[in-house]
Amino acid sequence: MTTAMETLENVDSAQLERLHRLLEDSAARDGLLDAAYRTLDTPIGNLLIAATDRGVVRVAFASEGHDAVLDALATRLGSRILRMTSTGGVGGELDAAARELDEYFAGHRTAFDLPLDLSLSTGFRRTVLGHLREIAYGSTESYAQVAEAAGSPRAVRAVGSACATNPLPVIVPCHRVLRSDGSLGGYLGGLEAKRALLALEAAA
Amino acid sequence: MRPFESIVEEFGARVFRVCRAVVGPVDAEDAWSETFLAALAAYPRLAADADVSAWLVTIAHRKSIDILRTKSRAAIPIGDIPERPSTFGNPDAGRGELWGRVAALPERQRLAVAYHYLGGLPHAQTAELIGGSVESVRRAASDGVAALRNFYVPELDRRTS
Repeated sequence: MTTAMETLENVDSAQLERLHRLLEDSAARDGLLDAAYRTLDTPIGNLLIAATDRGVVRVAFASEGHDAVLDALATRLGSRILRMTSTGGVGGELDAAARELDEYFAGHRTAFDLPLDLSLSTGFRRTVLGHLREIAYGSTESYAQVAEAAGSPRAVRAVGSACATNPLPVIVPCHRVLRSDGSLGGYLGGLEAKRALLALEAAA
Repeated sequence: MRPFESIVEEFGARVFRVCRAVVGPVDAEDAWSETFLAALAAYPRLAADADVSAWLVTIAHRKSIDILRTKSRAAIPIGDIPERPSTFGNPDAGRGELWGRVAALPERQRLAVAYHYLGGLPHAQTAELIGGSVESVRRAASDGVAALRNFYVPELDRRTS
C-alpha cells in the first residue's frame, strides 16, 4: 500500500526519457538549440561529441571533464544545449559523427566526411586547424613543418598551442603533429591516446 | 549559464509531478512538453541568480492552466465519447481512483498541493501565482493534503522511482 502523496511523487523514469526525446525533437524543429551533444565509447575513452546546426563543433576527451566542457560550450555558443538521446531523428548529424568515429577506430575509415563548425577557434589557430586537416591519415608532420605550411615558420610554439586547444581532436588530426626529433610532443587527451591513434593509423 | 540539459535532468521529474497533479495523468505529458519548450526558448534571458525551480513551476502553472481552460471550453456535449488509449501505462484501479480524487479537489487546493508539496514553492510564491493571501494558500494546501491523506493506492509499480 502506498499513500496518495507517495503516488503523486512517483515518476516513471522511462516516461521521462520519452519526454526528453520529444523535447529534443520539438527544440530542433523550432530551431531553439545552440548546440546538441552525445557521448561515444572509444578505445581512447568516452568522447563527448557536440554539434551546432553548422556542423560538429567539439570533440572532448573524458580527461577534460565533460561537464566542464559543456559549461564552456554554454558560455561560448549559448546555453540552450541538450543531450540527444534519439537516433535517426534530430541527432542525425551527431550520429553520423559517431558512426564515422566508430569506423575510424575500427580501422575502416581514413578520412572524415562531416560538416565542421570551427567557430571555437579563431585567427592563427584556425589557420593551423585548416592545415592539420590536410595531413593525410598515417603520416605525420613536425610542429615546425606545420608552422611553415601555415605561413608563419617561426610560430612553432603557436602551432603547439593551436594543437593543444584543438576543439575537434581526432577529427582534425592534431595527433599527427610531432616534435622535429620525432618525439610525441603533447596531447590534450594524454600521450597514451596520441600513441594509440598513431599506432592505429600505422597498422591500417 | 549552465547548459539547459542540466536543468532538464535536475527538474524534469519535479515539473512532471506538478503538471500531473494539476492536469491529470493524461494531459501531463503535454503540459510537461510545453513547459520545457517554453523554458528552453526563454532560458537565455533568465537572470543568472534566478530560482530555476520556481521559474519552472511558474511556467508549468501557466501551461497547465491553459490546458485546463482549453479542455473546459471544449467540454461541450459531443454525443459519443471517443475511447483513447491510456497514456499512463496500465493504471490499476486504485491509482485511477486517486487521480479522480485529485481532480475532484477544489482547484485552489489542488494547485496549492501541486506547487508547494510537489513543486517546492513557498506558500508566498504560490499565493502570487494563484491569488489570495499567503494564509489562505497555506490552508488550501493543508486541506488538500488532508483530503488525500487517508487514501492508499495498492501495489505501486516497482519499476518506478
